Amino acid sequence: MGMTVVEKILARASGRPGARAGDVVEPAVDLAMSHENAALVMNQFLEIYRGTGLDPAVWDPSRVAIIFDHRVPAESAKTASNQKGVREFVAKYAITKFHDIRGDTGGICHQVLPESGYVRPGSVVVGTDSHTTSHGALGAFAFGIGATEMASVWALGSVLNVEVPGTIRVDVTGEFPPFVGPKDLILHLIGRISAQGANFKVIEFHGTTITRMSTSGRLVLCNMAVEAGATSGIVPADAETARYLREEAGVEEPQQATAADPDASYEQCIAIDVSSLVPQVACPHAVDNVKPVSEVAGTKVDQVVIGSCTNGRLDDLEVAAGILRGKKVARGTRMLVFPASGKIYAQALRRGLVADFMAAGAVVMNPGCGPCLGVHEGALGDNETALSTTNRNFKGRMGNPSAAVYLCSPAVAAASALEGVITDPRKGRN
Amino acid sequence: MGRIVLTLADDISTDVIYPGRYMATVLPSETPRFAFADNAEFNAALGAGRVPPGSVIVAGKNFGCGSSREQAVSALKGHELTIVAHSFARIFLQNAINLGLRLVSAPGVEAAAGDEISLRADAVVNETSGRSFPIVKLPQARQAIIDAGGLIPYTRKRLLSPSTHDSHS
Repeated sequence: MGMTVVEKILARASGRPGARAGDVVEPAVDLAMSHENAALVMNQFLEIYRGTGLDPAVWDPSRVAIIFDHRVPAESAKTASNQKGVREFVAKYAITKFHDIRGDTGGICHQVLPESGYVRPGSVVVGTDSHTTSHGALGAFAFGIGATEMASVWALGSVLNVEVPGTIRVDVTGEFPPFVGPKDLILHLIGRISAQGANFKVIEFHGTTITRMSTSGRLVLCNMAVEAGATSGIVPADAETARYLREEAGVEEPQQATAADPDASYEQCIAIDVSSLVPQVACPHAVDNVKPVSEVAGTKVDQVVIGSCTNGRLDDLEVAAGILRGKKVARGTRMLVFPASGKIYAQALRRGLVADFMAAGAVVMNPGCGPCLGVHEGALGDNETALSTTNRNFKGRMGNPSAAVYLCSPAVAAASALEGVITDPRKGRN
Repeated sequence: MGRIVLTLADDISTDVIYPGRYMATVLPSETPRFAFADNAEFNAALGAGRVPPGSVIVAGKNFGCGSSREQAVSALKGHELTIVAHSFARIFLQNAINLGLRLVSAPGVEAAAGDEISLRADAVVNETSGRSFPIVKLPQARQAIIDAGGLIPYTRKRLLSPSTHDSHS
């Protein structure tokens, strides 16, 4: 019996000839990412060493990445002091992959990691952020862990007692219709299998639609795999992965791709043809409460948000700017745009997209996570409604438990911003 | 035995358990203040000490879905709550094991606020209704971390005696 991609990666990382779903392994970690919650990881890391007589030592400082993105620039003295403490730790332990609050190399961790060339096919990536699943887009096994688990990784260089997850195979075929794309596909899949449908499993993406999809689109799919409960999403590395690493991440050396065996064992197989897919919207207060846009069209929207680790990349901004160009955001609706990284922000500036957004009345913010989880800027008022390209719409997610959050693609978000109500982007544009 | 102080539906996210806007607070001594912060009534009861240690929250499937924030676990542990749910989301479950928050998976559990619950090795017993619900045991690999008193002592032990470890059994 053959192995899935993740079984192969975990076998390699654990120094075993093979691995099967259900086996318990201890994989070596290739990349360990944290953001501001490194402040908590540090505490737990030092606690591990307390009373041992050993000097605290990070197992391999070159494999630890710390990216400030959740509350940047700091919104409070408390956050600023946390960030200051992390900077001191980074200096003391000689951590090299540190991305501070900067306009050039800063940004959201799930964009900074791939664009910096830190994520490689076949590697094991852990992060103290649930959307670490994103990095499966480059053929890595990437999953979210808590701060104490990360402290253990910093000390040992491996993750203890990992159960090899079973895999759900999703085969995607067909051509996306105009104004329909990866976000609609992943929302459709989550609606179909539910918020628990992939709990403790990996979603492995295959099919001609995936082969043709850019790494940017694959990041959307893997980013939101966790919203179906998945341990991770993964797209086996291919020619597009090699192109992305070479052209967009500056990685010169050739990469070894890990493919699934043809006779790999899957727990479930799902086939999706996207040629008849319509724009999808996840309605309050659950990511699996997914409906075709037609069913919620006309819902008044107080704030539209485009950005985040899900949909803040250049192609997302281009789609949105293309819809907004020469038009105005509706009165009574606020629109916020936050590119996923400084690099993307600069590209959007050069292409005139930032000017398009501003002329339309949108506010272009610095890269960061803030509005998505209600921690920094863009909070909602009582009983307000937001339409957002982010990844979660749980009650209270955007900082106000009485507010409602709808999730959608950049095309739906931009078209809706013009009308002030949820709008099908295909209306009048086909 | 513990009294049920809160019953919750499926898919209770960490945004509900510990809202994101309090994430700059990281110390386990400080996070309990913000447990269920958006549920004003329950948060106030916790803050006023009206929820005795050992009290039980009963929830549906997928409790703790969403963010990996460990504050969602340390906040509940600080109040010495026990969570009985039909099932748990992966990262929350692992964080609870790592920090020593007591939780039990009982897929069919039925209970109402005010009911008294007993936890046995293989079942959750609702003493009020007289009904018993089988529990799903944790895999051995996770139980080993609980038995060590959490991930910090477990990792500490590994650091001090790496040679005794056998990961390939």
